[in-house]
Amino acid sequence: MTALLDVAEFSKLFPVGGGASPWTRLKQRFQGGPEKLSKVHAVDNVSFVIEKGETVGLVGESGCGKSTLVRALTRLIDASDGSVRLGDRELTLTPARDFARDPDRARIQMVFQDAGESVNPRFTAFDAIADPLRRLRGLGGKALRDRVETVAGQCGLPLQLLSRFPHQLSGGQRARVGIARAIAVEPDLLVLDEPTAALDVSVQVVILQLLQRLKRELGMSYLFVSHDLSVVKLLCDRVLVMYLGKIVESGPAMDVFEHPLHPYTQALVAAVPRFGEDGATRLRLTGEPRSPIDPDPHVCRFHGRCPRGTDDCAMTMPELRHFGARQVACHFAEEFLPAAGVKAPLVS
Amino acid sequence: MITANNNKAPALSVEGLCVEFRTRSGIVRALENVSFSVGKGETIALVGESGSGKSVTAYAVMGILDPAGRVTAGRAVLGGLDLLSAKPSQLAEARGRDIAMIFQNPRTALNPIRPVGRQIADVLIRHGNVPRREAPAQAVEMLRAVGITDPARRAKAYPFEMSGGMCQRVMIAIALAAKPSLLIADEPTTGLDVTTQAVIMDLIGDLASKMGMATIFITHDLALAGQRSARIVVMHAGHVVENAPTGDLFVHPRHPYTAELIAATPDSAPSLDELAAIPGSLPDLRRADLPPCRYSERCPRKIDACAQSLPRPEPGATHFVACWNPLPMAQSAPVAAATTETAA
Amino acid sequence: MTDIAASAPRESGVTALIKHARYVLSENPVTGFAFALFVLIVLAAALGPHIVPYDPLASDTVEALKPPSAHHWFGTDQLGRDVFSRVVVATRLDFFIAVASVALVFLMGGLAGVAAGFFGGWTDRIVGRIADTIMAFPLFVLAMGIVAALGNTVQNIILATAIVNFPLYARIARAEANIRREAGFVEAARLSGNSDWRILTFQILPNVFPILVVQMSLTMGYAILNAAGLSFIGLGVRPPTPEWGIMVADGAAFMVSGEWWNATFPGAALMIAVFCFNLLGDGLRDLVDPRRRT
Repeated sequence: MTALLDVAEFSKLFPVGGGASPWTRLKQRFQGGPEKLSKVHAVDNVSFVIEKGETVGLVGESGCGKSTLVRALTRLIDASDGSVRLGDRELTLTPARDFARDPDRARIQMVFQDAGESVNPRFTAFDAIADPLRRLRGLGGKALRDRVETVAGQCGLPLQLLSRFPHQLSGGQRARVGIARAIAVEPDLLVLDEPTAALDVSVQVVILQLLQRLKRELGMSYLFVSHDLSVVKLLCDRVLVMYLGKIVESGPAMDVFEHPLHPYTQALVAAVPRFGEDGATRLRLTGEPRSPIDPDPHVCRFHGRCPRGTDDCAMTMPELRHFGARQVACHFAEEFLPAAGVKAPLVS
Repeated sequence: MITANNNKAPALSVEGLCVEFRTRSGIVRALENVSFSVGKGETIALVGESGSGKSVTAYAVMGILDPAGRVTAGRAVLGGLDLLSAKPSQLAEARGRDIAMIFQNPRTALNPIRPVGRQIADVLIRHGNVPRREAPAQAVEMLRAVGITDPARRAKAYPFEMSGGMCQRVMIAIALAAKPSLLIADEPTTGLDVTTQAVIMDLIGDLASKMGMATIFITHDLALAGQRSARIVVMHAGHVVENAPTGDLFVHPRHPYTAELIAATPDSAPSLDELAAIPGSLPDLRRADLPPCRYSERCPRKIDACAQSLPRPEPGATHFVACWNPLPMAQSAPVAAATTETAA
Repeated sequence: MTDIAASAPRESGVTALIKHARYVLSENPVTGFAFALFVLIVLAAALGPHIVPYDPLASDTVEALKPPSAHHWFGTDQLGRDVFSRVVVATRLDFFIAVASVALVFLMGGLAGVAAGFFGGWTDRIVGRIADTIMAFPLFVLAMGIVAALGNTVQNIILATAIVNFPLYARIARAEANIRREAGFVEAARLSGNSDWRILTFQILPNVFPILVVQMSLTMGYAILNAAGLSFIGLGVRPPTPEWGIMVADGAAFMVSGEWWNATFPGAALMIAVFCFNLLGDGLRDLVDPRRRT
C-alpha cells in the first residue's frame, strides 16, 4: 500500500548571506566559474514516511531544520535535492510558486503556531475560513456560508464569533479559527507547527482533544511539530527527532521517550521538567551546536556536544540504522538496545 | 506571613498588594490582596495562567508598572524598605543592588546597540561600587561565571550576534552583577529550547545558592516550578489561591483550581482522553460585581460561604488555601510521575 | 468548550463602524472638530457655486477694491469680483486637486512600494532608483520643472504633486510590505491557493492602507500648498479661475496699498484647510485600523 507521504533523501540548502549579487552572477556567467558559495545545510538527506491515518511527531531544538522541512513539505519553498511523493505524485516536479494553483494544493494544509499572526488582522474569522474554500473549492454565496458554518461547528467555534477580528478573539478561539481554516478543504495531510505553544495549559488540553477528534472523524494524517515532548508523547503514534538537519532517531513515540537510544534524544528527554522530579538530573547538554554551514560530511553532527564521543565519531558519519520499529543514527546505539527491550540484529 | 523559615526576617515580604489598571473599557482590578514572602536564600515560584497577575505582581514590586497601572494598597518590604512607598531615588538605589529582574525575551530586553560587556559594566559601576577602570575586567569575569565560553571576546559582541540562550545568560550576568539579595525571573526560559532551559535553570540555581540569593520564578509551567522551587504560590485572576511547599502542593493540592491545573498538565496523564480541561473561563476583571472568590463562578465545590468573603492567611501556617471548601487531604490524588522514569 | 464566552451580540458591519466612529470622535475632541471642519469643506466644494451670492467670474469695475461690507462680506478684488464668492467656489478646485493628487500618488507610490517590498530583487532595485532620482531634486523645483515643461493645467499640477511625493509613499509602503512578507497569514494565504498578485492586493495592501492614510491626509494639505506655490510664481492655474493660491498671488500686490482683504481671506481659507487635513490624519487612522476596535 502506498504511503500517504514518502520523503526520500530530501535536502534543502541555503546560500549563506542571501546569495551572490547580480554582478557576481553576471561575472560568473561570462567567466564560466561554478558557484563556489558557502551553503547552510538546513535539511540534509532526510527520509521518512507518513502512512494514512498516522500522527507523526517532529521534535528538535531551534535551528534543527524542522521549520524548513515543514515549509518544503507544504510546498511553500522548493527542495534542493531529493523527492517528496504524495501518494503517487512526485511533488518536487512542480515549483513552489506554481503549486498555489495546483489541484492537489488542498491535500496538504497547515495549522500555524501563532494563530494571531497567521490570520490577516483585517480579515474576520469568516473571511479567514472562507478564503481556501473560495480559492481551492470555488465555493460562493450560500454554499460557502454553509460550509464555513459547518466547519466552525466541527471546531467548536460559536457562529457569533465568525464576524469578529482576530484581536477580538481569545487565544483558544483564534486557534480554532486556524484549525477550521486548515480542515475546511478536507486535506489528507495536516501539518501542525506548534499549534498550542502560545496557549494556556487548560486551553491546550481542549485544543489537543479537538485535534484528536478531528483526525478520527476526518481520517487525516498529522505531522505534529513541537518542542513540548509531553504533548508529542500524548498525541503522536511515531516521532522523528531531528538535529542540525538530520534525523537522528525515530520510532513509536512512547518507546522513543521512555527509552531513547540517541544521546541527543536522551539529553532532550532528561531536560523536560516532570512532576515529582527535582531539577538535579544527570544529563546536560553544554556548548553550542556545530555550524550548519558546509558541515563536514564525515563528522557526526552531534560530535563535540555529545557526552560520549570518540575519534570514530569524527571520521564516519553514523547512518540511520533500523532496529525493528526504531531507527537510530549513532555508532553506539547497540549499548542502549537491551534497556529499550529491542533486540539487536545479528548483522548490523 | 507564610514562609519556610519563621525565625528569620524574609528577603521580601509582600502584604495585601492591590493593583488597578485604568483602561478604555473600565478599571481592571488586576491584583487583590496579594500576600506572600520569600525567605533569605529561598527559591519560590509564582505560578498561574495568563491573566493571573503573576507578572503584574513582579512589575509592581519593581516599580515598573505600565503608566496606566496603580498600586492602590499594600506593601512590599525588602530589607526594611517598603518599595511601594519609597522615594524614586531610594527605589533607583535598591534596583540592581538589592533586587534585580530578568525578563522573558532576552534579546529584546538587552540594549541592541551596546556591547554586552559594557551593559554589565554599567551595572557594576552604578550599583556595585566598582571603579570605572576595573569594571570591564569584572564584566568579563561575570560572563565567565554565567558559563559563556571565550568571555573576553564575547564581551565586545552585540546581542544580535548571540543566540537566545547566550542572551539570557548575559541578562543573568547583568542582573547579578551587583549581587542583589533577591532575583525575580519572569518566565526566563519561555521561548528557549528545553535543553537550553535546563542549563539556564541550573545556572540560576547554582548562582543563587553560591550567593545566598533569594529567587522568585514566575512561570506558567507547573512542572518546571515544581522542579526548581521549594515553595509554590498559585495565582488565579489576581488572587493568591494557594501557597504551599512544593512537595505538599503536588501530593495534596487543596484548592480546586490547583488540582485542575495539575490535571490539565500533559505530563500528569497517560493519555489525552484522561487529561481534564479546567471548566469555565476567567472572569472579566472589569466587572464591579466580582465575587470575593474569583474562582467561585466556575468552581464545582462552591458553597454559600464563598459568596461572603475569602479566608486570610494565618501567621505561622505553612500551607495556605484561599478556599472555604478545600479538597480534603485524604482525597487529593497524589501526582507522581504517571509514566516510568527515563533511562539515563 | 471552556474558553468560549460569546458575550457581545453580533453587529452588522455598518452599525459597528458607526459606533466605532462615534467612540473615536468622543475620545478625541480635536479629531471631532477636524472632522466637522472637513465636512464643511466638502459641503463648500460640492455646493459652492450654487449657494454663493455673486458669480465669481462677474467683474464690476465700479465696485473694485471695496473693503468688506454688508454687501460683500470679504470685499471685492481689483476687477470688482466678490472675494467671498471666489473663496467659496475655489474650494471645489482646491479640494479636487488635493484628492486627485493623493489618489494618484497612493496608486503609483503605494503599489510600486508594496511590489518592491514584497518581491524584492529587480522590482525593488528599479523602484528604489526611481525614488532616488526624484529625491535628488529639491522637490518644489522639480514640481516647477514638470509644470513648466508640460504646461500649467490642473492635470499637470496634480501629476507634479504626485511625482514629487512618490518616494515617500513608495518607501513607507515598501517597509510595510517587507515586514509582512514573511508573516504567517501570507504563508496561510499561499496554502489557501492565492497567487502572489492576489496576496499583494488582498492581503498586504489592506494592511498597508491604514499607515498610508495618515500620510495621505498630510499630503492633501501639501498638495494645496504646492498648487498655491506654483500659482504664486505664475505656473499654477490660469486666471480667471478662482483658486486660493492664485488669489493670494494676485492679492499680495495690494497688501502694500492697504487692500488687505484680497490676500488675507483666501490665505485664511488655505490655512484652515491644511490645518484640518493634518488633524484628520490621526483620526482617520483610528477609524480604519481594525486593531484599535474594542
